[in-house]
Amino acid sequence: MSTAPTAEVVRREENYLNVSYGIRSWLLTTDHKRIALLYLASVTVFFFLGGVFAVLIRLNLFTPTGDLVSAATYNKLFTMHGVVMIFFFLIPSIPAVLGNFLIPLMIGAKDLAFPRLNLASWYLFNMGGLIVLYSILSGGIDTGWTFYTPFSSVYSNTHVVSTIFGIFIAGFSSILTGLNFIVTIHTMRAPGMTWFRLPLFVWTHYATSLIFVLGTPVIAITLALVAAERLFHLGIFNPALGGDPLLFQHLFWFYSHPAVYIMVLPAMGVTTELITTFARKKLFGYSFVAAASLAIAVIGFLVWGHHMFVAGQSAYAAMIFSLLSYLVAIPSAVKVFNWTATLYKGSVSWATPMLYGLGFIGLFVMGGLTGLFLAALGVDVHVHDTYFVVAHFHYIMVGGAVMGYLGGLHYWWPKISGRLYPEALARFAAIVLFIGFNLTFFPQFILGYLGMPRRYHAYPPEFQVLNVLSTAGASILAIGYLLPMAYFIWSMRYGPAAGPNPWPATGLEWLTPSPPPPHNFDETPTVTWEPYDFPNRPDLKYPSPVVAVRQLGPTPQEE
Amino acid sequence: MPEHIVSRKLYFLICGILLSLTLLTWGVALINLGRWNIVLALAIAFSKATLVALFFMHLRYSPRRTQLTLVAGLFWLGILLLLTMSDYLTR
Ligand SMILES: [Cu+2]
Repeated sequence: MSTAPTAEVVRREENYLNVSYGIRSWLLTTDHKRIALLYLASVTVFFFLGGVFAVLIRLNLFTPTGDLVSAATYNKLFTMHGVVMIFFFLIPSIPAVLGNFLIPLMIGAKDLAFPRLNLASWYLFNMGGLIVLYSILSGGIDTGWTFYTPFSSVYSNTHVVSTIFGIFIAGFSSILTGLNFIVTIHTMRAPGMTWFRLPLFVWTHYATSLIFVLGTPVIAITLALVAAERLFHLGIFNPALGGDPLLFQHLFWFYSHPAVYIMVLPAMGVTTELITTFARKKLFGYSFVAAASLAIAVIGFLVWGHHMFVAGQSAYAAMIFSLLSYLVAIPSAVKVFNWTATLYKGSVSWATPMLYGLGFIGLFVMGGLTGLFLAALGVDVHVHDTYFVVAHFHYIMVGGAVMGYLGGLHYWWPKISGRLYPEALARFAAIVLFIGFNLTFFPQFILGYLGMPRRYHAYPPEFQVLNVLSTAGASILAIGYLLPMAYFIWSMRYGPAAGPNPWPATGLEWLTPSPPPPHNFDETPTVTWEPYDFPNRPDLKYPSPVVAVRQLGPTPQEE
Repeated sequence: MPEHIVSRKLYFLICGILLSLTLLTWGVALINLGRWNIVLALAIAFSKATLVALFFMHLRYSPRRTQLTLVAGLFWLGILLLLTMSDYLTR
């Protein structure tokens, strides 16, 4: 290979990490890669905070009598777990960290379209986070993350207004990020990077950005109305003042159902990249996967009433929403079939990111199919507000979105840090996570089907065995989350250098050195090839020399 | 992008229309038309917002993509209203 002699030179060159030092150079940066790392730090803090609440919930449910915390404290715990995890971890995790880092690299641009707006959105995010943190520290909130009225707007005696205010502010960070992505993808693609040559990761982020921009204003104004009713006694949702409590649920779920797709669409994008790279095959049905992403984003806005089947919604509306909820399963299934077809006859390797990719498919299918149970009107009456629902959405959000996030972090970690993580340990952690996850949440399907309601701090003794299993699973899951954190930090200092394209893969982000230079590319690339064209790229073969030698250990030399 | 220059005269004209529509809203509020009061008030408000967006916010002279953004926003608002009303009107 003719590039080998220069590799040593490239490695010492200026990159986005070593170009400047000091706290100022980070807090005032407009480099999308550094802002991505700022987001990584922020969402990791919130992930562990939300995780602490989850641990306390599971510990309390270890015994049927709810010995650890009182009912009132338990209400606060599950509320704050939901608020922190959804608004401050799951929604920003993949878009603001991986999307921010990768979209300009993937389309061959020097940065996002509005770099300062990008930094501003990180500050807004943290400002919102700090306000929510203040609400938590000064006593917390007990309405559930859904803020159902009139409890939230009239009766709750906890910090509703300040929490809502924090979420309101953080919402602007979502809107600005979405806007930035949309404009960037429209206007800053490198020559030859046509819409149908974009990596699917970019397509899914485009779809996600549409939801950010079109949905977030609705939740912002809805929560502002709750605050207005609470503070000024305006009759909007409170029936005693002439309002309608169901109006809140309509407005809230208009955003909050599509918010699920904000979490899962980017994870689907990650999974698509992982599956084709580690199957060494061209993605099956590129345009169908791209169109399915947009279809999910649009149809996702038409299904929100499935949260209100037993809430007093008209039977006619319930039927419409049930039907539309079934429809959204179609593009999701298209994706699953396309991934499966991509794996078929591929030369599949079991690298860590691929374990997460396969894990995503399995868990997402479980979560998606149980979603169809819930979309069926009759079944929903039986399992509504039980642990069946809790298990369902954790399969989507944790099994889907978090698996995608971790898979993506592993896959692009060599690009982000320039280093390889310890492969054997990483595979072990991925398997621990998968086992821990299923042990935590599968018993909850059974619990819910047997009738255990969600959001109670105590339960009948016959449910204890399944709850103990779930708590045991959660402790395994916790180890699975701590391990990657430890070895990622370790690898930043001690990991072997990754080189520009360790897996190797076909995207533009792999053409530039790792870590990338401050302006991503020394020369704007011109794209003349089709995406994921592994069959026509015999030069790209897994494992690449650097991964084979430095990470997998000595193997019988091929050729 | 070349900025479109809008004549001062047009601005004053639009401003005049907006002010007279405000007077109209007030006038209509004094007559009892039953449920049509709210319909009329909203219709006037909507046309005023349209004028502001088209002329004061230069949407009329903007590229198609910007215009499409507004249409998408209205379309999504339409989804919200349509499906919410599908509940309220059939209870
Ligand atoms: Cu939903």
